[in-house]
Amino acid sequence: MPAVSKGDGMRGLAVFISDIRNCKSKEAEIKRINKELANIRSKFKGDRALDGYSKKKYVCKLLFIFLLGHDIDFGHMEAVNLLSSNRYTEKQIGYLFISVLVNSNSELIRLINNAIKNDLASRNPTFMGLALHCIANVGSREMAEAFAGEIPRILVAGDTMDSVKQSAALCLLRLYRTSPDLVPMGDWTSRVVHLLNDQHLGVVTAATSLITTLAQKNPEEFKTSVSLAVSRLSRIVTSASTDLQDYTYYFVPAPWLSVKLLRLLQCYPPPDPAVRGRLTECLEAILNKAQEPPKSKKVQHSNAKNAVLFEAISLVIHHDSEPNLLVRACNQLGQFLQHRETNLRYLALESMCTLASSEFSHEAVKTHIETVINALKTERDVSVRQRAVDLLYAMCDRSNAQQIVAEMLSYLETADYSIREEIVLKVAILAEKYAVDYTWYVDTILNLIRIAGDYVSEEVWYRVIQIVINRDDVQGYAAKTVFEALQASACHENLVKVGGYILGEFGNLIAGDPRSSPLTQFHLLHSKFHLCSVPTRALLLSTYIKFVNLFPEVKGTIQDVLRSDSQLKNADVELQQRAVEYLRLSTVASTDILATVLEEMPPFPERESSILAKLKKKKGPSTVTDLEEAKRERSADVNGGPEPAPASTSAVSTPSPSADLLGLGAAPPVPAGPPPSSGGLLVDVFSDSPSAAAPLAPGSEDNFARFVCKNNGVLFENQLLQIGLKSEFRQNLGRMFIFYGNKTSTQFLNFTPTLICSDDLQANILGPTKPVDPAVDGGAQVQQAVNIECVSDFTEAPVLNIQFRYGGTFQNVSVKLPITLNKFFQPTEMASQDFFQRWKQLSNPQQEVQSIFKAKHPMDTEVTKAKIIGFGSALLEEVDPNPANFVGAGIIHTRTAQIGCLLRLEPNLQAQMYRLTLRTSRETVSQRLCELLSEQF
Amino acid sequence: MIGGLFIYNHKGEVLISRVYRDDIGRNAVDAFRVNVIHARQQVRSPVTNIARTSFFHVKRSNIWLAAVTKQNVNAAMVFEFLYKMCDVMAAYFGKISEENIKNNFVLIYELLDEILDFGYPQNSETGALKTFITQQGIKSQHQTKEEQSQITSQVTGQIGWRREGIKYRRNELFLDVLESVNLLMSPQGQVLSAHVSGRVVMKSYLSGMPECKFGMNDKIVIEKQGKGTADETSKSGKQSIAIDDCTFHQCVRLSKFDSERSISFIPPDEEFELMRYRTTKDIILPFRVIPLVREVGRTKLEVKVVIKSNFKPSLLAQKIEVRIPTPLNTSGVQVICMKGKAKYKASENAIVWKIKRMAGMKESQISAEIELLPTNDKKKWARPPISMNFEVPLAPSGLKVRYLKVFEPKLNYSDHDVIKWARYIGRSGIYETRC
Repeated sequence: MPAVSKGDGMRGLAVFISDIRNCKSKEAEIKRINKELANIRSKFKGDRALDGYSKKKYVCKLLFIFLLGHDIDFGHMEAVNLLSSNRYTEKQIGYLFISVLVNSNSELIRLINNAIKNDLASRNPTFMGLALHCIANVGSREMAEAFAGEIPRILVAGDTMDSVKQSAALCLLRLYRTSPDLVPMGDWTSRVVHLLNDQHLGVVTAATSLITTLAQKNPEEFKTSVSLAVSRLSRIVTSASTDLQDYTYYFVPAPWLSVKLLRLLQCYPPPDPAVRGRLTECLEAILNKAQEPPKSKKVQHSNAKNAVLFEAISLVIHHDSEPNLLVRACNQLGQFLQHRETNLRYLALESMCTLASSEFSHEAVKTHIETVINALKTERDVSVRQRAVDLLYAMCDRSNAQQIVAEMLSYLETADYSIREEIVLKVAILAEKYAVDYTWYVDTILNLIRIAGDYVSEEVWYRVIQIVINRDDVQGYAAKTVFEALQASACHENLVKVGGYILGEFGNLIAGDPRSSPLTQFHLLHSKFHLCSVPTRALLLSTYIKFVNLFPEVKGTIQDVLRSDSQLKNADVELQQRAVEYLRLSTVASTDILATVLEEMPPFPERESSILAKLKKKKGPSTVTDLEEAKRERSADVNGGPEPAPASTSAVSTPSPSADLLGLGAAPPVPAGPPPSSGGLLVDVFSDSPSAAAPLAPGSEDNFARFVCKNNGVLFENQLLQIGLKSEFRQNLGRMFIFYGNKTSTQFLNFTPTLICSDDLQANILGPTKPVDPAVDGGAQVQQAVNIECVSDFTEAPVLNIQFRYGGTFQNVSVKLPITLNKFFQPTEMASQDFFQRWKQLSNPQQEVQSIFKAKHPMDTEVTKAKIIGFGSALLEEVDPNPANFVGAGIIHTRTAQIGCLLRLEPNLQAQMYRLTLRTSRETVSQRLCELLSEQF
Repeated sequence: MIGGLFIYNHKGEVLISRVYRDDIGRNAVDAFRVNVIHARQQVRSPVTNIARTSFFHVKRSNIWLAAVTKQNVNAAMVFEFLYKMCDVMAAYFGKISEENIKNNFVLIYELLDEILDFGYPQNSETGALKTFITQQGIKSQHQTKEEQSQITSQVTGQIGWRREGIKYRRNELFLDVLESVNLLMSPQGQVLSAHVSGRVVMKSYLSGMPECKFGMNDKIVIEKQGKGTADETSKSGKQSIAIDDCTFHQCVRLSKFDSERSISFIPPDEEFELMRYRTTKDIILPFRVIPLVREVGRTKLEVKVVIKSNFKPSLLAQKIEVRIPTPLNTSGVQVICMKGKAKYKASENAIVWKIKRMAGMKESQISAEIELLPTNDKKKWARPPISMNFEVPLAPSGLKVRYLKVFEPKLNYSDHDVIKWARYIGRSGIYETRC
């Protein structure tokens, strides 16, 4: 406690503390504390008023006891009393106690706030400082409520002392962080910006922190700060290191302020040309300074200097507009790559990763490839190696892909276990993306499996097979290579899978060579059979049956294998079934049938590489996507050429990894994911404009029809999203709950469902909707309520359009909401006599609509009855003379009118036809109801 | 089995460290210090598991004894051993303190070598140990081969706790029944829980290898004997007690106890604990505490406590101490008591009332006014129970020694020649009354 000078020392406190320190055991300490507490209580209770000094001393003791971990439930009042003292030390202890111990106790808070108010109003800078510190330390909502208006005034008042301004700025920052809603924006904001011009650097530093935070929320209001910040920065950068005196830290002028200013500038896009020139000068000066020899050997000097430099570089990257600066920054970082400070190397690699995605500096980054590769090999720190891998991935393009992939592969053998899987994925992606020569691709992936088989996920080998099947030119090579790879004495199971699949498909391409005759191929695969897990064995069995088709000469051998007890009576149901069925197939079917059933796989539809999706998932969707996307866009440029980059096809989620790509025997190959042509979702990776509403999802028309007669159920479902409905209608009012379920494990972002009604529809049904939360967590469900009022009759149905961002791609789904006229049906019971009387009343030809149609469903009386009741009308029994006919009656409620409605349905079982007759008091209603109902049977 | 044994002082410095098994490394010493002795919160469990290693500890004043093992050992055995270890050390150098341990450094290592072998507890009978682990430096030069072999045969023999050839001019025998009575009583005087745990401690100065037989008013024995004569059963039925469970010194022949329920043994020389037992039925409560607490407003509390002694007027209770807890926001206390001395002890948050002596069937009273400081915490005072300490010359369980017979067939003294003494001491364990 610096404030307690020697003359003012509290002896009692010192004795107490030394007593506690000398306690031999916890029990002794507790005893001593209990004694002291009793003493303080009796002192506080005593009738004699305590003087300021003893009050301060006891409050101090209480504070000390509290900090030792004991509960203090008294003394607050005494501490508050101390606040009104005029002595600094007493006031300080009071504030200290309050900022440590006070919780939101209502009565005390009022007293404290009063005391703080008095201090703020006093013109004494120390007292004001204490009060501001207390506000910032407590920082509760109550405090913010009481002082959020007052502090900006102090901050911008002309006569406030510098130190108070500094405290006020930081205090305001703290209040803004805890309760931004309580800090009023006003004309003070423009004056705060001018604090950047203040004489006192401390004030400027504090103000910059405040402005940066405020500007992130309200960039417009603080726009003027950019030019001020730039001029301030240039003054600092150009000043000699001794000019700033107190604010020079180991020969670096005002490093903290510089860093903060640079951060502030990162909130804004590059400024207009005049200011930009000046800023560029500053940045150049900073880069120049980095080249100068250090003025001091101390580590603080270089740390401060580098901090400013790195912040400047991130500003350069943020602006991404000055090629010259970007390249210089890149070169500067290149120097750091070999620095002996591990932290510097790490930071340099990290910054370079972002630099690599800028088109201006990409080439410059590439010049450091050797250094980065070297870092990968020799670096001792695993986190730095990880960054090096990231950078290699980021800087890879067609020109250096072969080298980088080779280096990554060779590093993989010694890589840390923690990053192996990521490297495997990256290698797989790079190899695929930049493959010119697909034999190289096949070699790389087989190598990958050989080196790090355990870390190769399913997606990787699925992808190899997809590519091999889709490209005729590599099939022979692939078959040959896997055949050779399989000859190794120990090979990874993933290799067996790839080998089994490829030989099963393209084994015939290498069968001509006597060294890889059909029988040899079979024996080679079968020698691995017993070492594999069940799914792989299943795959191998499929390969065997494919062999039967490809090489009739080994049929006998294979049938023997299938017939053996270990297959036919295998404990695993899948294996047993395959063995039995394949054996049967091979004996029964003629060669023609075999050839048709076991035909070569058709090419897979192109789609986004599932590996990329996996890498994204691994890193979390939000962080990587932007960079990833930027890269992808660029890669599309780079690749340009005839073949579509895998990413540019519309992308869907990770395909559900079906265990077996072969498909069962005769079954046509089903791609693991939905082909984009199915159109379940219209996705465009590159269009970020959500305005284009998607066409209606297929199947939703069916669903729509189903909902005519029911109110609850699932309206729409695809791989990502499920939409459920729950609705209730009463007279002309209705309420519909829409449930959006996220079926994936990833968050949906910018989730915006909108209800689209055509204009005349809008007039007829009113549906104010509440917006839903824009983020939907993986596996979560959100609910939206729609209120509906039927104003007058209508025919169309509103369309629900849903847009969201899933793993970096926009998804757009439209479905028709099943709000139909019949929902506002109110059933009416009536006797036969009444019915026919009304029927006759509605005999006007416009009022009757009749439709004769063929039954689409089996003609079941009970089902039909249920449907009519579900439709909303009452089902009237024993009205119609013909018992087979159905008769219903009801009233459609709208806001303006009630429309009576009678219906009659006559089934004709022989002809499988229905005749539906509807009579209502309004022509349009009859028409619409007839349409709706006739769809149902 | 025990892998190692460490002794620490209150600061956590290691005084003794003896490792018996290889699976306990040096870092175990530090692990215990860091996780238990220096732990932020108070460690209440006597068994701590740190990284698959179990630490069993007991604390004697400021000294920590910790047994360490990686195996799944019988925890009760380990604690029994640790207590025995404390007894042995106390028998050798008195109080267990840091200074004593430092002064008897070599002795303790010698003892540890003897009473634990590869982590298995061995003979820990003080009498036997004292014959060959002595405090007078190296004695083996003076010991003849014969003496040494005698020690060996005795220690490894059937009766390891008593050596042969003991001779006393006066054959004398002391028997102490030491009991501690535990009670929790509601403010209305209803017994919520009560039990007595007792020990029978014997000090024997007997020549030769005497065979002793101990009899007490155990309900089962009495009923078995009284089977024949009905009136005796009814007469002694009142006085017999039901023992819930008991344990014996290793010298007692358990087979005989199991079959005949008679306690017969060849006692070790000098002091030993013959048996331990516990009873829960028909307990004599020597004192009754009647509390009366009245809260007068938020700032005052009036407490009145009456104690009544509930035993024969001819007996005198001693060292009576009543501890009345005070609220945590007490700022002043005034006490008036008729007998003894009462004082408010701020460091313990309690009023302590001490009475030196009190005869049976008497009562005494204390009243106190407690001033409170208003606090901003709305928490109500939890009113901890009033506790009491005392010592009475009777056995609260009702246990009576019926006989202790001594037979020495080889030497020519009979049961009548032995001078026997018996005494009963009842102490308070946790003797609390809620208020």
